[in-house]
Amino acid sequence: MASNAAVPFWRAAGMTYITYSNICANLVRNCLKEPYKTDALSREKVHFSISKWTDGKPEKPTLRTDSPEE
Amino acid sequence: MLRRALGLLPRPIAAARARSFSTDLPAAHTADATFMEAWNKVMPNMDPPKTPLSFMHPRPPTPSSIPPKLTVNFVLPYDSELSTKEVDMVIVPATTGQMGVLPGHVATIAELKPGVLSVHEGSETTKYFVSSGFVFIHANSFADIIAVEAVPLDQIDANLVQKGLADFTQKLSSATTELEKAEAQIGIDVHSALNSALTG
Repeated sequence: MASNAAVPFWRAAGMTYITYSNICANLVRNCLKEPYKTDALSREKVHFSISKWTDGKPEKPTLRTDSPEE
Repeated sequence: MLRRALGLLPRPIAAARARSFSTDLPAAHTADATFMEAWNKVMPNMDPPKTPLSFMHPRPPTPSSIPPKLTVNFVLPYDSELSTKEVDMVIVPATTGQMGVLPGHVATIAELKPGVLSVHEGSETTKYFVSSGFVFIHANSFADIIAVEAVPLDQIDANLVQKGLADFTQKLSSATTELEKAEAQIGIDVHSALNSALTG
């Protein structure tokens, strides 16, 4: 089994495949024409709320909206 | 000690011969009989729950002669572009180059690089630009293409592509860490693939 075969340049730089794939997808989305571009970027937006817990009680949650560039 | 080792040796080999590969077995689709009996005893009036296996269509077995058409499933995380569509040929942008897939293609798993995927059906060709993904070609002329992002070529803006290419070329020359260099290189690769997709 070729265990140390030529690795792709991104893996050699410490990036995982999923990071590489997501970067490629973001770059493609940023190169789209107008109505498709806003559709694609809004499709990939993530909206979540985080709350830290201390002493068994949740603190006030914070709402985060991460756009795909993050 | 040697005799015991000899005794152990034939057993795994016989077991391996008796078991066949999962792709050659016929689809075992029947519901579990003991479960059905037990269910009917407890809840005779209610339908038994469906298991994931009952929702999945078993893959058709490999036919003995090459089928006339290739069946393609092209899926994205948010949509299925093509679902069991019968086509004549697809050309996928594998990392090893543009790969043409015809019915009867040998079973292959290929990683895709950013590039153009073209689906040929009769006299018409549909082209998509794929950002990255994988293609699984099965022995029975079924091809599953999975991509993270795929757009028809006319949705790509040429000016943004040129701008992006110039940006990343500049970033590559000013990059310091390995990670920055890799990101800039990825940017260049994707934008030049987009460029050649638009011009080629």
